[in-house]
Amino acid sequence: MTDPVTPKTLPPHHLPPLKQIGKPLRRVDALGKAVGATQYAADFTMPGMLHAKVLRSPIASGKIVRLDVARARALSGVACVLTGADLPDAKLGTDMPGQSGRAARTGSDAPVLATDVVRFHGEPIALVAAETLEIAEAALQLIDLQLEPTPGVFCPEQGLMPGAPNVFGTDNAVASYKIRKGDVEKGMAQADLVIENTFFVPFVEHAYLEPEAGVAWVDEQGTITIRVCTQVIEHFRTVAKALGVPQNKVRVMGTMVGGGFGGKEDVTVEIFLALLARATRRPVKLVYTREESFLATSKRHPFKITHKTGVKRTGRITAAEITMLADSGAYPYLTPYVLLYATGMAAGPYKIDNVKIDSVAAATNQPFTSAFRGFGGPQAAFAYESQMDEVAKALLMDPLELRRVNYLKTGDTTVTGQAIRSAAWSEECATRALAALGEKTPDTPDRKVGRGFASYFQSYGRIMWFHDTSRAWVGMELDGTVIVRCGVPDIGAGQSNSLCQIAAEVLGVPLERVSIYSTDSALTPLAGTSTATRQLYMSGNAVLQAAGVVRASLVKKAAEMLGVSPEDVDLADGEASVVRSPGSGAARASSSPSGLGGGMPLADVAARCASSGLPLAHLAQFNAPFTEGLDPETGRGDIWPDFTFGAQAVEVAVDTETGEVEILKSAACHDVGRAINPAAARGQIAGGSHQGLGYALMEEYVVKDGMTQTPSLSEYLIPTAVDFPSTEAILLESGTGVGPFGAKGIGEPSLTPAAPAVANAIADALGVRIFSLPLTREKVLAAADAGKNVVKPDRHW
Amino acid sequence: MGGADVSERKITLRVNGRTHEVSLPGHRTLLEALRDLGHTDVKNGCEKGDCGACTVLLNGRAVNSCLVLAWQADGATIVTNSGLGTADDPHPIQTAFADAGAVQCGFCTPGLVLSAKALLDANPNPTEAEIREAISGNLCRCTGYSQIVEAVRLAAVRSLKGSGEASHRGQSATDGSHSPSGSRVTGEVQ
Ligand code: FES
Ligand code: FES
Repeated sequence: MTDPVTPKTLPPHHLPPLKQIGKPLRRVDALGKAVGATQYAADFTMPGMLHAKVLRSPIASGKIVRLDVARARALSGVACVLTGADLPDAKLGTDMPGQSGRAARTGSDAPVLATDVVRFHGEPIALVAAETLEIAEAALQLIDLQLEPTPGVFCPEQGLMPGAPNVFGTDNAVASYKIRKGDVEKGMAQADLVIENTFFVPFVEHAYLEPEAGVAWVDEQGTITIRVCTQVIEHFRTVAKALGVPQNKVRVMGTMVGGGFGGKEDVTVEIFLALLARATRRPVKLVYTREESFLATSKRHPFKITHKTGVKRTGRITAAEITMLADSGAYPYLTPYVLLYATGMAAGPYKIDNVKIDSVAAATNQPFTSAFRGFGGPQAAFAYESQMDEVAKALLMDPLELRRVNYLKTGDTTVTGQAIRSAAWSEECATRALAALGEKTPDTPDRKVGRGFASYFQSYGRIMWFHDTSRAWVGMELDGTVIVRCGVPDIGAGQSNSLCQIAAEVLGVPLERVSIYSTDSALTPLAGTSTATRQLYMSGNAVLQAAGVVRASLVKKAAEMLGVSPEDVDLADGEASVVRSPGSGAARASSSPSGLGGGMPLADVAARCASSGLPLAHLAQFNAPFTEGLDPETGRGDIWPDFTFGAQAVEVAVDTETGEVEILKSAACHDVGRAINPAAARGQIAGGSHQGLGYALMEEYVVKDGMTQTPSLSEYLIPTAVDFPSTEAILLESGTGVGPFGAKGIGEPSLTPAAPAVANAIADALGVRIFSLPLTREKVLAAADAGKNVVKPDRHW
Repeated sequence: MGGADVSERKITLRVNGRTHEVSLPGHRTLLEALRDLGHTDVKNGCEKGDCGACTVLLNGRAVNSCLVLAWQADGATIVTNSGLGTADDPHPIQTAFADAGAVQCGFCTPGLVLSAKALLDANPNPTEAEIREAISGNLCRCTGYSQIVEAVRLAAVRSLKGSGEASHRGQSATDGSHSPSGSRVTGEVQ
């Protein structure tokens, strides 16, 4: 047992009384989007603008034997054609971007344009900029490209075999991890039962509605300026490195992002645009088609995961031995980190003393894989939660009871030995999600009804050895309105709005008096990436700090003006007013100097601050805790700042004649720490759940011998409004997160439990498990046939 | 582009009360024509009729503008989302989308608002199933559709109550932490 840690758990009613935080206010960005006034990256045009297209590899593995662009260059209206030969030194950095000062991993640089060989279907080979899109398209047709196919690697196992063709770099093993905790052999020996299963998950496409787009130009100071939809404006550094120009000569102006989910975390159009704008000295626009968006950008990693679990008859897990194999695709990108996440969360939210995990990611000539909402967590969760139900089944135990015996609690340690410091409300979440399903729907002769749930834990905030930081500037204007400046990219989850609500809370103004300027690498303080469910945590804390300094000025001046001590001043509703400190009697003063309903307008206070030199603006930097990394032999160490815990439960009806699965009910319960905006948090849960249900039942990006088979939204199907019912979102607020006001992160975690919950529900309905996603009709039908003779154990739901 | 009709045609596009006299090649889609004319609230999500982001009202009917050739809309009345209202004077459906938390990244929103408009024009009091059916051609990757369905219902309820003023109040939205069921459509919320 580890040292007992006092949980910071507070029941919600002990949280401070708040005025703006915790209210389901209309998000600051909502109306502009609803009336169609918000501009996205593809909506901008510039005078004299050129249009760009990219020539891409039509095969997955081959040699470039001829690449002649002379005819394309000669076409009237073509301004520029670039190939790898024109850019001998240009490298695309694919390592973790952002605020980290760490050196990039060796071997992580990819070519900007393929020169000698192509390594995946869709790899960029040449760039064209022309007066019109039609001319650019015509020019692509005039490029003489001859390729000679070469043997490729089309599954990760093959990539790791001796003698396999080398995809990229010196080793097809792109990354691997080892975790050793306790003594797994001893733990297995103590077990009454050992259960082993292997699980598979496929490639998945982000399929945000907005394809990648941008416009770039060189400004009057010679700065390459790129207006682009991205989750990472810090890619100005990646662009500078690729072009060999100083970092202060590249500016990224992020636009509102039409969905990211990790797919706009890596560089997309930025370097192509910068190269063409520099070469032509004209503005250049590049917008991917849907098919190009599918071919050109990353996917969620396919994984093969094996769990061997030793368990006592009581349900106590004594040992877990887990192996993971991931497909990294042609270039490394963020694979090493995704694999680390999957490895660190491989055993789930369970306290297991003896653990052995070995994970490896292998290069293939397939689409490259990188960040996707959950970052390795959803794959891990599908495996560990399917396995938990299989263990429960083997023990003839209720699945919730089995988990209850093993759930991690505050103070327990994860597989890497990291202690859980915040609330770990797994049991509460699972119980509530299950209860929300209500009465069970009865079976009909050809429709079997089943129920399943899944628990999970998922980090928020970046890996701690990245030394993550965020900055925000908060200022009050002389009329009492507030401005936030923060480099946060808003990818639709309400990133900007949360910061505004925090500033409104601290400064005591209504939300509509707060404006935000965001996402400009030159003009807004750098806030780091909108990834890793980190912006509320990181930039929220930066805004909290900055606003706190401004508040201190206002309170000090207001106290002087009101003739009271600062402790007796409160800021609310745009006014400063007198409150008595706790224990000193009456609450709010009944009169005030201005005579306006008990308060003094903040505009008056701000004006007096300004005339007496008190700062009305502040730039704050928030630093995440830093650690040094894991021990390479044992995998011991702290990885993340904190974790979110939750669960999702679903009820499904399985048609045993057709294999069709209908989700009848879905409920998800998450401890969000603190819901800064409950409507927005609920939106994250409903949306994340829907993506997770799509992952469960329909989504598979099909790749055959490296070639994409599903290059459109009519072949790669994502959920529509009629596929699934709404997921009921149940928000718990432990107040124990490391974010502002005790918030945890919910953006990524909301997706994680859906797929294993559905898999468990189908297994409950049929008595037979399906071990791979997606849970297609064919697989369900086969399971239904196999299940005809299975006697289901009695479950006590 | 082989076989495409590249001969220019002179047509009139009536968009949001504005009239554009333009000369366009025959293969130009209405989506491309509208965006080139500055109606960038009409979004391009696929150009293949798969996503609904390019939805416009063509003589009152919701269509995917990427599947319509511009000349086919010659003389027709076209309404895009911006034609319904502005931030200063939003259409009640737009207000309902903002109030109900139906807008996340917003890329699907212009198209969804128009599909909702076409539905409510034909059926002012739709059931949840009717709402879902009516918006099933509009993909949204962010919201899971729950708050979109609520927004359409909210717009319907507000308009049935005839409280045009009430719909402009703003700042009201569903409070997820107290909502009895995300799958239930409850209409007016405070
Ligand atoms: S752009 Fe028209 S349906 Fe997708
Ligand atoms: S809000 Fe992003 S696609 Fe609908």
